[in-house]
Amino acid sequence: MRITKAMAMLVLGMGLLSTVQAKVSEYSFDNGLKLIVREDHRAPVVVSQVWYKVGSSYEYNGITGASHVLEHMMFKGTGKLAPGEFSRIIAANGGRENAFTSRDYTAYFQRLEKSRLKVSFELEADRMRGLQMTDEEFQKEVKVVMEERRLRTEDKPESYTYEQFNAVAQLSSPYRTPVIGWMADLESMSVDDLKDWYQRWYAPNNATVVVSGDVDPEEVYQLAKQYFAPLKPSKNLQAPKPQTEPKQKGLRRIQVKMPAQLPYLLMGYAVPSLNVAEHEWEAYALEVLAGVLDGGSSARLPTRLVRDQGILTSTGAGYSLASRLSGQFLLEAVPAQGYSIEQAQQAVLKEIKELQKTPVAAEELERIKAQVVASNVFERDSIFYQAMQTGVYETIGLGWKRLDEYVDKVQAITPQQVQAVARKYFIEDHLTIAELVPLPMDKKSSAKKTTGGQHGKH
Amino acid sequence: MESTRFLTAILLAAVSLFMSAAQAAPEIQHWQSARGAQVYYVHAPGLPIVDLQITFNAGSARDGQQSGLSSITNHMLDLGAGSLDATKIAQRFEGVGAEFSRGSDRDMAWLKLRSLSQGKWLDPALDTMALILSGPTFDKQVFERERKRYLSSLKREKQNPESVASRIFYKAVYGNHPYANMPNGTEDTLKAMSVADLKRFFASYYVASNASVAIVGDIDRKAAEALVERLLKKVAVGAPAKPLPMVAELQKAKLIRIAHPSTQTHILMGHPGNYRGDPDYFAMYVGNHALGGSGLVSRLSDEVREKRGLSYSVYSYFSPLARKGIFQVSMQTRNDQAEQGLKVLRKTISEYVDKGMSEKELQASRKNITGGFPLRIDSNKKILGYLAMLSFYKLPLTYLDDFNKNIEAVSLQQIQDTLRRRLHTDRMVTVIVGGEG
Repeated sequence: MRITKAMAMLVLGMGLLSTVQAKVSEYSFDNGLKLIVREDHRAPVVVSQVWYKVGSSYEYNGITGASHVLEHMMFKGTGKLAPGEFSRIIAANGGRENAFTSRDYTAYFQRLEKSRLKVSFELEADRMRGLQMTDEEFQKEVKVVMEERRLRTEDKPESYTYEQFNAVAQLSSPYRTPVIGWMADLESMSVDDLKDWYQRWYAPNNATVVVSGDVDPEEVYQLAKQYFAPLKPSKNLQAPKPQTEPKQKGLRRIQVKMPAQLPYLLMGYAVPSLNVAEHEWEAYALEVLAGVLDGGSSARLPTRLVRDQGILTSTGAGYSLASRLSGQFLLEAVPAQGYSIEQAQQAVLKEIKELQKTPVAAEELERIKAQVVASNVFERDSIFYQAMQTGVYETIGLGWKRLDEYVDKVQAITPQQVQAVARKYFIEDHLTIAELVPLPMDKKSSAKKTTGGQHGKH
Repeated sequence: MESTRFLTAILLAAVSLFMSAAQAAPEIQHWQSARGAQVYYVHAPGLPIVDLQITFNAGSARDGQQSGLSSITNHMLDLGAGSLDATKIAQRFEGVGAEFSRGSDRDMAWLKLRSLSQGKWLDPALDTMALILSGPTFDKQVFERERKRYLSSLKREKQNPESVASRIFYKAVYGNHPYANMPNGTEDTLKAMSVADLKRFFASYYVASNASVAIVGDIDRKAAEALVERLLKKVAVGAPAKPLPMVAELQKAKLIRIAHPSTQTHILMGHPGNYRGDPDYFAMYVGNHALGGSGLVSRLSDEVREKRGLSYSVYSYFSPLARKGIFQVSMQTRNDQAEQGLKVLRKTISEYVDKGMSEKELQASRKNITGGFPLRIDSNKKILGYLAMLSFYKLPLTYLDDFNKNIEAVSLQQIQDTLRRRLHTDRMVTVIVGGEG
């Protein structure tokens, strides 16, 4: 059964701190399942996560949102369990559970007192191959997802703008579609679409089980052997098509007009992730660059544009190092009262030019690195976060061992490298700009009707 | 019947495992600092981290007529102190990798620090925090800028039907009580404020005898004591804040409808709930767990989401404060389903209060709450949260040790009696925001 067992001791770098060790054990099964166990014996608890290599970036036109709706349906019964029973069993065992879907993965988790791990394994193994979806349950659940979409996107002007931005900044890349799916695709989705999707992706050879907490890896392995090893692998797993984004040749600009109170600016440059970077240092340099702009209150955007110049009321920069495909380096800004979107845009772009022109000061870089070193220790306070990072790295194809390199690779980045990626990637022809243009909120919004309540007269 | 077999097997396994899994709560030490602050401390040497929080009885309930005063005073703390401006303060924390944050709610205002525990990282961060506590500058120009940002965020709030609903809901539930106001103030009150108000608020409430300190981490008792003294060295002793007025019960039901250009309608229902140290606390906690406090397995979720697909998020909770905090039920649904949603909420709550929870629900709730106890305290961050809460509300040091015992002690009859006494289905505020209202 067991093919490999790799063991790694992670020792915190810098030599400045007392040693923090996390023992990680990795196992593989004949059916293709991978198991990664991270030991943390501080509290008698365990986190169990099952990661599938499927998410919205595996989807294509017409079925957007399928991975996420399927995630909801995974609680709706198997050959052995009635709908909702999964959750009731976890609850009865004192557990907390949930699931999440992203562009690159779908993951399910339980947090439990440590002796209950087998409950998680028994249930997760059952629904890995044994899900049974009925049209009746699907029809109800897809309505729930549409409500989720209204809550998260339709009624949130900035989220709506972000969604439109993605669809314009990327033409071919599957990162252009929303994780939750387009409303029209949710409306036309059928339970058969989901059955196909489930059959295609839910199998041990497309999954990684991550366990973190107060456990003995050998015991976890034996449990996994009992529950997951008998599952049949999928024979028709196919890697998703590359859908490589064509090179952008010129600035793209859109407006989103909807009822809102404040304007909002979202800009993005096409950038590689660590997974696809031509030189891996470029990804780490982009990570550091994001820190220079927005890594804490002393970073450039809040210091210069919010506090010193008062042009923006809020701002942020974001880069996703750990993604399967190339993506966008995001810059967002809300202009302060009395400033226009145009002024906000010029102010942010001026900071970009500055990064291209002048290398970052040594002291500034040291501050970013100190934060990276410290947060690497802070993160160890959460076994959930540890498991989460492990699952992400593994599922997007980096492999969890690359996590251990993170601090050292960031430490190695020089001011010249930060400048180099700013020059290489932050060029106007690779820029997309989205602007939220507020429309009036409707004069009715001020109407307030108060009456005596009816409740209780039942 | 295969599903039943499956369930039984797992539950049996769970019961037998329960016995062996006795859970020890962390040992909490308590003392009073030289200047009168209450200190709660847990030694956690597992990671080279120190977490600390200093909490003042200085939440928005202290705003008086100046709604937003507590919040903006707290917000200004690290935007200038001694000879340092906001950027220098941030550089001092971030240069040693420390995470400094601050915040406030209706009862409390706090400053928090997370740092590596070695002196060369911890000491500079502590000194910066002590400098902030010794007296922020409350610079006039900085205040003008931040006030503009507050006003912007109030505008932004109006985009969001849920925030709109929440503001109206609190006002309707609390009337003239200080809890009625949203902590972030109003346009009018913020515009009328000056730095003199902030300085006065700080001088009255950010004082040692009105403070409690929580510490968790890789620091021994002696060093923790020294840390507290260092932190409070220049903080005035002052006087504790006066007790807040009691919350009046609602006399009748109230229904408020507001139009909003949203695709969903948000429904909030509730009334004053319970307070920290409330003798009914545990009965209400378990009682609410099955109603709407346990995610997808709760009754509300079952009726609204699982059976009818009406809402993504539906829940109920008690949010205990020094005085009766909010009891709130909420959901959101497509505008044309709002009336149906409202009916289901009302019916579910009424039935629950009238007929009570079932024995099966009680057992399930107990198992979930007690079986999940270790998850409440599985990180330094969570333990810090408990210490801050216990010290602020002066709850017993044995709160965590006794938690499961208190849950187990609540009977079905007691929950039924308590819910009938404390949930008033005929006197709820209902706020509906969305669509035509």
